[in-house]
Amino acid sequence: MTQDTINTTSSADTVRGSEELDAPVLEVENLHVEFRTRDGVAKAVNGVSFDLLPGETLAILGESGSGKSVTAQAIMGILDTPPGFVTQGSVRFRGTDLLTLPEKERRRYRAAKIAMIFQDALSSLNPVYSVGYQIGEMYRVHRGASRADAKKKAIELMDRVHIPAARQRVSDFPHQFSGGMRQRIMIAIALSLDPEIIIADEPTTALDVTVQAQVMQLLADLQAESKMGLILITHDLGVVADVADKISVMYAGNLIEQAPSIDLYGNPSHPYTERLLAAIPRVDLKGQELYSIRGIPPNLTDIPPGCAFHPRCPYAQKPICFEQVPPLQDVSSGRRSACHFWKETLDGSIQTR
Amino acid sequence: MTEPSHPTAAYQDVAVGALTMGDSPDPEDVGKPRSLWSDAWHDLRRNPTFIISALLILFLVVVAAVPSLFTDTDPKFCDLSHSNEAGAPGHPFGFNRQGCDIYARVIYGARASVMVGILVTSGVVIIGGAIGALAAFYGGILDAVLSRITDTFFAIPLLLGAIVFLQAFPYRNIWTVVAAIMILGWPTVARIMRGAVISVKESDFVTAARALGASDMRILRLHILPNAIAPVIVVATISLGLFIVLEATLSFLGIGLPSSTVSWGSDINDAQSSLRSAPHVLLYPSVALSITVLAFMLLGDAVRDALDPKLR
Amino acid sequence: MAASRPDEPVLEVRGLVKHFPLTKGILFKKQVGAVQAVDGIDLKLYKGETLGVVGESGCGKSTTARLLMRLERPTAGQILFHGEDIAQLSGKALKAVRRNIQIVLQDPYSSLNPRMTVGDIVAEPFEIHKDVAPKGSRRKLVQELLEVVGLNPEHIHRYPHQFSGGQRQRVGIARGLALRPEIIVCDEPVSALDVSVQAQVINLFEKLQQELGLSYVFIAHDLSVVRHISDRVAVMYLGKIVETGDEQQIYERPTHPYTQALLSAVPVPDPSLRGHRDQIMLEGDVPSPANPPSGCRFRTRCWKAQDICSVEEPELIVREGLEHPSACHFAETRKVISTRVVS
Repeated sequence: MTQDTINTTSSADTVRGSEELDAPVLEVENLHVEFRTRDGVAKAVNGVSFDLLPGETLAILGESGSGKSVTAQAIMGILDTPPGFVTQGSVRFRGTDLLTLPEKERRRYRAAKIAMIFQDALSSLNPVYSVGYQIGEMYRVHRGASRADAKKKAIELMDRVHIPAARQRVSDFPHQFSGGMRQRIMIAIALSLDPEIIIADEPTTALDVTVQAQVMQLLADLQAESKMGLILITHDLGVVADVADKISVMYAGNLIEQAPSIDLYGNPSHPYTERLLAAIPRVDLKGQELYSIRGIPPNLTDIPPGCAFHPRCPYAQKPICFEQVPPLQDVSSGRRSACHFWKETLDGSIQTR
Repeated sequence: MTEPSHPTAAYQDVAVGALTMGDSPDPEDVGKPRSLWSDAWHDLRRNPTFIISALLILFLVVVAAVPSLFTDTDPKFCDLSHSNEAGAPGHPFGFNRQGCDIYARVIYGARASVMVGILVTSGVVIIGGAIGALAAFYGGILDAVLSRITDTFFAIPLLLGAIVFLQAFPYRNIWTVVAAIMILGWPTVARIMRGAVISVKESDFVTAARALGASDMRILRLHILPNAIAPVIVVATISLGLFIVLEATLSFLGIGLPSSTVSWGSDINDAQSSLRSAPHVLLYPSVALSITVLAFMLLGDAVRDALDPKLR
Repeated sequence: MAASRPDEPVLEVRGLVKHFPLTKGILFKKQVGAVQAVDGIDLKLYKGETLGVVGESGCGKSTTARLLMRLERPTAGQILFHGEDIAQLSGKALKAVRRNIQIVLQDPYSSLNPRMTVGDIVAEPFEIHKDVAPKGSRRKLVQELLEVVGLNPEHIHRYPHQFSGGQRQRVGIARGLALRPEIIVCDEPVSALDVSVQAQVINLFEKLQQELGLSYVFIAHDLSVVRHISDRVAVMYLGKIVETGDEQQIYERPTHPYTQALLSAVPVPDPSLRGHRDQIMLEGDVPSPANPPSGCRFRTRCWKAQDICSVEEPELIVREGLEHPSACHFAETRKVISTRVVS
């Protein structure tokens, strides 16, 4: 019998209704991940800390090589080990440090408590099994449900994610669905065990913009219904602005700024964020000049000394930016910044070098 | 929302009206020129398997080319009075049934094996490669026809086909043996080349070359072949060993090289009858053959690892 | 960015059609249908301007790019370069035309031959069109081209994998410029690049246009990028152009329902606008281009659809009371996004 003791009560009755509503459901503290390759040790994640409250949407924003996907994989426990190793830090789900659990225990949290959806639904879904089978698999494996029950649940879930004609399509295969529909199927799989957190790794990057809007709206609706926490990993500043409550910006494995959405866009406190906002074209601006950031993100096996961003930063000052790693400092309640000159960035008095 | 007001003109990555290199966005140096081939070579050089097999093969090639460097004895000089004698000073491997010096025969026999191996492999790569590449590049009816021809030849069992082919010829020399093996060995290479070309054909850089107006020949020569050849090289190096075995087998069966040519295969054939009484007659040519084939197989393995696309 | 417009377009497309046949059978193939990738489009490109072509997947914009480059042969229609039809050209004549229309592709990782040096890649146009530059001067020209796109000319012997994505894209641009074409077709040239690098390459495109008088057909799915760089825009849906006009008309006064839905779906990096934006959610999926709906192709997802929409295909014409062509029986201006002018 594969009854999972953690899931004996339906999640609607669980802690969400209790006095623990204000406690973070996920606390990541000082996470360090490195990849040991033959070209050297790549420091993919260097001391990342954040937490997530129930029902909150946290966006982890960064470009390629920033370490955002690796952070998600470390939280889920699906990091490729070797070559990836978590060298420091803790990932607490309601107080329990997932990193210290043996794999068997860890698996009970995966999908049941924290679920993940990925960028490319076509390669994340198994092409030789029907979608109903794959959605139902969660029930069969984690809850010991029969095939018939699992199929019923699958149809229910497909309805919940607005896949039309769910009853007829439950036996169809992934390639028979469009990109947007496949993404909804992935969301259905992620939702099946009523997880408390969903981690979405670039869920809409491969989708058309109209479909992207539909999928993001779906995620928002589902979240509101079930008070689920959402961690959205992306590089798209537009998508984040629409849905995120708070944003953590990552660069070269470091968390360099954290702020509520409105504050981050309106008044960034880190040069990287500020430069990034100045580099993106906006559909509602006319006559915009794009100010690009010179250079490219660093090679993770050879991160520059001092502030990792200093070679590209227009405001970098010698010697401090070149030599001292800026600590993550409190800017105000709920805001942090890893810049020696966050005050000047914030009030606009910062000098170019 | 505040507009970014900090950047001064010096910081914009656009200097409108100036053709300037100051726009070069990369403080990082890209390093010395490193082609993908030199990367593979770099890996190979560090691989002990490659070093050992390459040295061995080099040695074999020298033996095959200049056998007189290694022995003064004439391999065809046979004195029946020494029949099946074991090793003696000046004749370390002993004598075979006819009284010929085994050591000399092993040395001189290398030439036949190495030559057949190299000639067949070259021929098979050229013929099979050409057919596979053309079939994949032009597609359509040409592909359909060439592929069916490939399939037909593929279905013929190599050894059996070679035997039948050789039986049809009155002459037996190294060229007929090479031809026999080549005619039946090209389909494997053709298939591999065809698969490789089909996948490279769709690449964007081929599209870009067409957009520039490049001719088909140019595209095949400069863009497709260099990128499709890696799997073919791997198959060729591994097959080389197999072709050598095949020649030995044919000679063993008595339908390969004529007895006037010194060959390990025919020596192994001759040694059958005296296996119990004089095992050394069988031992030395067999070991020589095995070492040669092993060397080529190991080389093929090392080359395959170095050219592994996943690491490139 | 905006340029003076002489009367004659540099490039004009009339009734361009490309159908890919769907066949059945192994030995004797029978045509059972066709993917109507591009089904009769008209475009005009003037000197020194950028025509943006936007649309989502399956709309036919990539096929359009390939048709303009004559990498595919049109099923029907005309492609007029300075008045001369190149749609059915082949051989030497086609090769000559290629000197005037070049392409920059999307993927910086596969658009450069990994086994050629960057110098050879940029010199290839001169190898193919030998009369453009004599052999001795080629190396110098290549170095100049690398400089123009912001790369170090001393890196002429490096291989593509030694460069970053943004740098590789620059190499691709240098290759496209070598023959001094009048027109460059850009097929999603920045989509595969990181956000901070996109700006570099977009700025480069603009700089080159200003200095060299290039005309661009800029094909992309990112409406923000297209707005930034284009003078005029054509919106495609399922092989047809549904609306066309200058940048201001399309972005500030769109008239076709699809354009409006598309614009409303573009995320804007401004959280203060949450809840204040006009959001149009489309129902359903894009129909298959092998089996497009009768009449107006957008009708299956359109909130304005009436009977006439399934019977009569709306033409791309300037409708009563409106300024720019729209292919909708009920075309009506709807200001989906509120534009702010920055400079």
